[in-house]
Amino acid sequence: MVGIDNSDDAAVYRLNESTAIINTVDFFTPIVDDAYIFGQIAAANALSDIYAMGGTPLLALNIVCFPTCITEEILPEVIRGGADKVKEAGAVIAGGHTVEDDEPKYGLAVTGTINPEQLCTNSMAREGDILFLTKPLGTGIINTAIKGELASEESAQQSIDTMIMLNHGAAQAMIAAGGKTCTDITGFGLLGHAAEMAKASGISIEIHSSSIPLINGTMDLAAMGMFPGGAYNNREYLKHDVIFSPEVNTALQLTLFDPQTSGGLLIAVPGEKAEILSQELNKKDVSQAQAIGKVTAKQDYTINVV
Amino acid sequence: MTRDIDCRGLNCPHPVINTKKALEENKTGSITVIVDNETARQNVSLFVQNAGHSIEEREENGSFYITINKTEEKDNETKKTPVEGSLPANPIYFISTNLLGQGSPDLGAVLMKSLMQTITECNPSPEALVFMNSGVYLCCEGSEVLPYLKKMSGAGVKIFACGTCLDYYKLKGKLSVGTISNMFEINNELIRPNKVITIG
Repeated sequence: MVGIDNSDDAAVYRLNESTAIINTVDFFTPIVDDAYIFGQIAAANALSDIYAMGGTPLLALNIVCFPTCITEEILPEVIRGGADKVKEAGAVIAGGHTVEDDEPKYGLAVTGTINPEQLCTNSMAREGDILFLTKPLGTGIINTAIKGELASEESAQQSIDTMIMLNHGAAQAMIAAGGKTCTDITGFGLLGHAAEMAKASGISIEIHSSSIPLINGTMDLAAMGMFPGGAYNNREYLKHDVIFSPEVNTALQLTLFDPQTSGGLLIAVPGEKAEILSQELNKKDVSQAQAIGKVTAKQDYTINVV
Repeated sequence: MTRDIDCRGLNCPHPVINTKKALEENKTGSITVIVDNETARQNVSLFVQNAGHSIEEREENGSFYITINKTEEKDNETKKTPVEGSLPANPIYFISTNLLGQGSPDLGAVLMKSLMQTITECNPSPEALVFMNSGVYLCCEGSEVLPYLKKMSGAGVKIFACGTCLDYYKLKGKLSVGTISNMFEINNELIRPNKVITIG
């Protein structure tokens, strides 16, 4: 049902009238020093692709690449972090595979299910839809600043809280509100994933930069040039797709390209469902979710940031 | 006096941190930061310009030389990035009542008509008028201010009427000017950098 054509989040295969399976895999190198937190982030990130399709995770397999020298003390903590998140998601870890590697990596292959009728993709956004972002941006900037010991404790903690948060509640709110269009925000940044949605749906998107939820301290660190290389790569990749109003300064522009780790869902719902989605997000304690823009008819740009 | 800060071989955020230290140590004079990757070049440029200094850049043998002309008057605090940018002058009116002010309803109607007439003639003209709750009556058949609203709409002023409110007052078929809107579009108007004037 969903393959690689539209840069969607996971593969979907219909088994019968009422069930389709969703498969996804994601793993990466440590982005925080704490092994238990790293395990949680990697798992929340891998599970997110299932949520972005509107599905329910069933089982997960660990993918572990670790150097033998630090395996004993660190690895069990990473695995414990992953297992706790999988449990929180209501799924089970059914095994996994470990290889030896100089640079540690951890992640999950996840299988979920969905009723094909309720499948959410990034290709069903329509003119007039309102766009919601369910987690604040800034994890790439803050991770860079942490390396330079320039991030405040508050920013660092908020960034971790954001990354370990499952997109479970956001997905449930979307389903309750009848939303059908969704993607999750990861390495291509908000504008990269929004552009994929726009192209897959054949529409254009208007983003209201002043409505974007941000982790505390993000704009100060952005103005200091704390961008990872990925932010510049994303901007270069999208240079023919995105236009900015003059009042959106360079630091804020780049923040919208900042690659996110375990970012939030970007959900598009028709205007009349927007209020319901907002209420459902509140009910599920997705407290930082914001309406950040709207879908317009296709223009000669893909995204207009005002 | 020029001081060179060699950041070749360093990845972000370290070139920025070294540049920051150098700027703090050298009160005057120019500093040249040398970096060898594109991310470091852009991050250092962004940092220095946001700190209020001018730069010159040149590329030589795969390295970028960023020369910072530091002047004493400019310190980091006074020239912080303006996140909001400059404020557009055209105000947005948020009107949540059909009568202006507390007191006699007749007087309220007269005052509202006078306000709409005044807004129509004032310069700069509003960016948008947002009507909510009983304010939506003003956009519907029978409203005394319709001529003013139509004139403004014709001149490019955006007029929004809350759809939920039109439904509640059973006015949906009677809207004579403006577009039916929802809370999110309305909220997006209210959070724009323009000054918002609330009547209600």
